[in-house]
Amino acid sequence: MRNIATLLLLGGLSFLLLVITGGLLFGNPPMLIGQGIQQAAPTEVGAANIVTAVVLGYRGLDTLGELSILFAAATAGGLVLGSTRGRSGRPGGFILRTGVDLLFPLMLVAGLYVVMHGHLTPGGGFQGGVILAAAFFLPLLARPQESLDHTWLSVIEALAGSAFIALGLAALFEGRAFLTPLFDHGVLGALVSSGSLPLLYLAVGLKVGAELASLLVRLSADDEGAS
Amino acid sequence: MNWAIGLVMFVGAVGLSVIGIAGMLMSNHLFRMVLALAVAEAGANLLLILAGYRWDAAAPILLPGHSTQAMVDPVPQAMVLTAIVIGVGVQALALSLVIRVRQHYATLDMRVARQRMQDALDQAAGVVPPRSQEGPAGERPLPAPTRTIEAGGPHD
Repeated sequence: MRNIATLLLLGGLSFLLLVITGGLLFGNPPMLIGQGIQQAAPTEVGAANIVTAVVLGYRGLDTLGELSILFAAATAGGLVLGSTRGRSGRPGGFILRTGVDLLFPLMLVAGLYVVMHGHLTPGGGFQGGVILAAAFFLPLLARPQESLDHTWLSVIEALAGSAFIALGLAALFEGRAFLTPLFDHGVLGALVSSGSLPLLYLAVGLKVGAELASLLVRLSADDEGAS
Repeated sequence: MNWAIGLVMFVGAVGLSVIGIAGMLMSNHLFRMVLALAVAEAGANLLLILAGYRWDAAAPILLPGHSTQAMVDPVPQAMVLTAIVIGVGVQALALSLVIRVRQHYATLDMRVARQRMQDALDQAAGVVPPRSQEGPAGERPLPAPTRTIEAGGPHD
């Protein structure tokens, strides 16, 4: 009975979604705001990556809300899982240890590159932050005894979040709206360009990296403690 | 030809969402429900990206000398970036809750965990669970979990 009701719901849902999407013109989006942003973004924000211009330039407040949602999820995860106990587990094999030693600096460089070029190329603080978190989680797979220091992760996370809000408040002191990009736009496509967007993305990258790294450490530690 | 490609894309995106919701509704395994949630999110994100697609257009990144080129809509891409990050947070929280459920009730099956939770509540309230009358005397209604509920309390 329950399965029949579920199947009816799913059939109706897929029918509804297909009818709605059937009305969309594939390949010819009817939205005009995207075209307007494409026209205005190079002169108003100065970022070559228009997605970054939308995320940090036009909708910076939404990004702050997104960061706070991620912060709330990480905090709630830490609350549910509790503090990490002493980690146990055998160290990884030779191939794992050597591969981690080889990969760690490369992933660090790749993550920082993605973060710092967020306003020029595909990528940005969120994507680069995830790469950084993975880079700091890899050594724990090879050597489970050495745990990451949670104090440092919390300090980095707090400083990055405060820096994001401080950059937003600095715009208020200049008489503009909260989180308006500061400084000169510079040359379109140069590494140091588009005002304060690279600084904002650096703060986002560090915050996301620290949060995800501490979350991964907690999850893996509790997984070992359960069995 | 073009409408056929669009049809395949849209059916794929809607199908992913519906498969994910079906997995969440019809599965009894908690970890599979989290995975189904991830699949449903992927379908929704794909639908958003498709809504901003434009034929013969480049990615919304300005290159020197290509300033007049047509570009896909950047707004849905920014929304999907937000949605992916929030999805990761939700999945991490769900996984930590699943880990706690497994530690308390030693199972990931939702029905078994619900039964054991009911038994534990009945025991704590001093109510004898009805099915213990049919069992042999002295039988424990709960199989021993890996960690007792008291050890997982707030002082832990």
